Amino acid sequence: MELDALILSRLQFAFVVAFHILFPAFTIGLASFLAVCEGLWLRTGRDVFKRLYLHWVKIFALAFAMGVVSGVVMSYQFGTNWSIFADKTGSVLGPLLGYEVLTAFFLEATFLGVMLFGWSRVGRRLHFVATCAVAVGTSISAFWILSANSWMQTPAGFAIDPQSGNFYATNWREVIFTASFAPRYVHMMLAAYVTTAAVVLAAGAWQTVNKRSSDPTRWQMRMAAGTLAALMPLQIWAGHWSGEVAHEHQPAKIAAMEGWCETRAVQGTVLFAWPAENDCGLSGVVVPNTSPILFASATHDLQGLDYFDNSAPGRERPPLWMVFYAFRIMVGAGIGMLALGFWGVWKWRSGDIDRPGLFHWAAIPGGALGFIAVLTGWITAEVGRQPWTVYGYLSTADSVAPVSAGAVATSLLVFMIVYAIVFTAGVVYMARIATRGFDDEPPHGKHRAPGSPLGSVDEPAQMPGDIVAAE
Amino acid sequence: MDLPLIWAVLIAVAVMLYVLLDGMDLGVGMLSAFAASDEERNMMNATIEPVWDGNETWLILGGGGLFAAFPLAYAVIMPAVYLPLLLMLAALIFRGVAFEFRHKAVRKPTRLFWNGAFYGGSFAAAFAQGVILGAFITGIETDGRAFAGGEFDWLSPFSLLTGVSVAIGYVLLGACWLVLKTEGETQAKAKRFGARALVGVSLCFALVSIATLFIDPRVTERWGVSMNHIEPGKLLLLAPIPFVGLLAAVQLLRDLTGFAMRRAAPDWRPYVLAATVFLSGYLGLAVSLFPWLVPFQFTIWDAAARDNALGLMLAGAAVMLPAILAYTAYVYSLFWGKVKPGDGYHA
Repeated sequence: MELDALILSRLQFAFVVAFHILFPAFTIGLASFLAVCEGLWLRTGRDVFKRLYLHWVKIFALAFAMGVVSGVVMSYQFGTNWSIFADKTGSVLGPLLGYEVLTAFFLEATFLGVMLFGWSRVGRRLHFVATCAVAVGTSISAFWILSANSWMQTPAGFAIDPQSGNFYATNWREVIFTASFAPRYVHMMLAAYVTTAAVVLAAGAWQTVNKRSSDPTRWQMRMAAGTLAALMPLQIWAGHWSGEVAHEHQPAKIAAMEGWCETRAVQGTVLFAWPAENDCGLSGVVVPNTSPILFASATHDLQGLDYFDNSAPGRERPPLWMVFYAFRIMVGAGIGMLALGFWGVWKWRSGDIDRPGLFHWAAIPGGALGFIAVLTGWITAEVGRQPWTVYGYLSTADSVAPVSAGAVATSLLVFMIVYAIVFTAGVVYMARIATRGFDDEPPHGKHRAPGSPLGSVDEPAQMPGDIVAAE
Repeated sequence: MDLPLIWAVLIAVAVMLYVLLDGMDLGVGMLSAFAASDEERNMMNATIEPVWDGNETWLILGGGGLFAAFPLAYAVIMPAVYLPLLLMLAALIFRGVAFEFRHKAVRKPTRLFWNGAFYGGSFAAAFAQGVILGAFITGIETDGRAFAGGEFDWLSPFSLLTGVSVAIGYVLLGACWLVLKTEGETQAKAKRFGARALVGVSLCFALVSIATLFIDPRVTERWGVSMNHIEPGKLLLLAPIPFVGLLAAVQLLRDLTGFAMRRAAPDWRPYVLAATVFLSGYLGLAVSLFPWLVPFQFTIWDAAARDNALGLMLAGAAVMLPAILAYTAYVYSLFWGKVKPGDGYHA
């Protein structure tokens, strides 16, 4: 493969967007978790929820900052590397992203200041409002991004200007709410919640096996396991819903995800597969005749990879192996989180969620499962859309900017180095707080205010005045 | 309704707000390199920590708004400034995370690294923004609807000059913000740096103004000035813009140095005067380039998105922008007043 500006730009976009999505996925869930904790504290007055809030808001500050700086990069990628795409789709996608800035970014960024620094300056209720504003802001942001991305997957409500070749909207409702939008938005929001829950559970499990467990540890594990057990079944259903819509609108993506070799009326499920010297290019272990259950709504033959062979317009297909394996890894990670959730709830009910055991050793690496599922899920969705940027209308090769391969190689290298430094430091700092647990804080009385979100472990206790002022 | 014109004004205002607000953040970042102690550095940073994130969002509105309202301009300008933009983004990444990380670093080398990332990133971001501005003014080579130049087209003595100008200008804004938000030794230091930066900015603005004369006759034609003649009618009409800036600069210099002042200026005034100086420069630039969005290639009407897209966004902006301005003002008022030692992350 020649490393031209196209492939380098694709690699760069994949790299910066994959890095970026880790943080929103985590902060969307964490913002809601914080809002729940603060709400429970206000409601019940129980100290444990306040301690949970003050603990996790420090990690939130770090994750949010990393999400912001990697997000600023994203807002320029379309221009620098995909300028033809930007010119052609600007009149359709522009307003969606514009609305994201206007309705979400300012809300999040501005009230984050109150959330992190306002503890001693506003009353409890107002501080809770600020936390909720940030949580709502993250969800609105996801709404517009999923809307824009879903339009690229299943474009609707538009026409193409015959002179300039530019897209323009004919029906905004159809543009914003395309066929794939609802399932994909639900799927992404649930993904954010379970990703955060898996992290919170893992941090609690770590504290437990290291004998740093305390009352908040117990509560955070209960809440996280409960969230996983409640949401993972919903998430699997949402994923299935998304798959059904994709099958209707992007059958080539489904054929690659499923590894269907031939077009048949009834297909099976390939559990795993390997490259082979046959027409299809793969051999695998297949559970036969599953499609009547999994694709119950399909009314015609299920097209396989033999149909999508790039031989004619309308028969383009995405690269097989990335889509095929990314999908399987995502499903595996999801099943892992489902199991952790049920296991954790069972431990909770039987009263030994804070007794170190096999469950805790499983839950610690399980903290990565959500991120793995988010990344592989997006790879499935985005690689599965290839060779198009706007599915069926604008090819990826026709979208790239007229920049030189050297410039893109430079920027890709710079981003890799910068992100490696920032990511390593950020993860170390977050893990340091998360694993240290609550034993650095007194069980009762004065706690550090969120005025010092980063003053978690290595800073002197602050002046006594500020918490008293807030209480 | 002339939607492209309305959106051009809105985006110009967003970029102006970015310059005034995050410019001051970047300026404080650069000045924190000269803090006498970690305590003073923390105090300087505490003046901007609660608001920097909201301030930087105006840059996203500038970039995102350009994509949304003028996709053609976005598509032509961004590839043309590929490398300085990369520098700006990398610098903003380091500056942004350093806000948090510098407090988290336990060992001294990492603490020094993130402090360095903070002021180094602040300077590099400011400089890169100035270079981008210079490249934008000097014009971009296009073919059809796409950029057609080379990857170093942005590099010129002029763009380096604008790069330095913007960096010094941000130092001025940051210093004036510190005058407002701090007291005592730190404030006195801010005044000294502010006065020096003001002299630098004045020199730079004068140089940039003269240099634009040579860039394209169309820039100065509007001012009634060209290499061989002057039209007093045109010049007098627009003269108030630089004149107000000059007055503000003179008063600012007195405020910062206390020269010929019967009593000390109120602490809020330097920032307002510095903002006025910037505003005058910005307006002057806008007047020179209007209506070109990609200078001398595409006007705002050439580059605009479809009217239905602009209309939809205008409806949203009409509701959201006042709300954004209101809650931004609220948060600023919440954190009003002098920052004390130990404020911010340690309080």
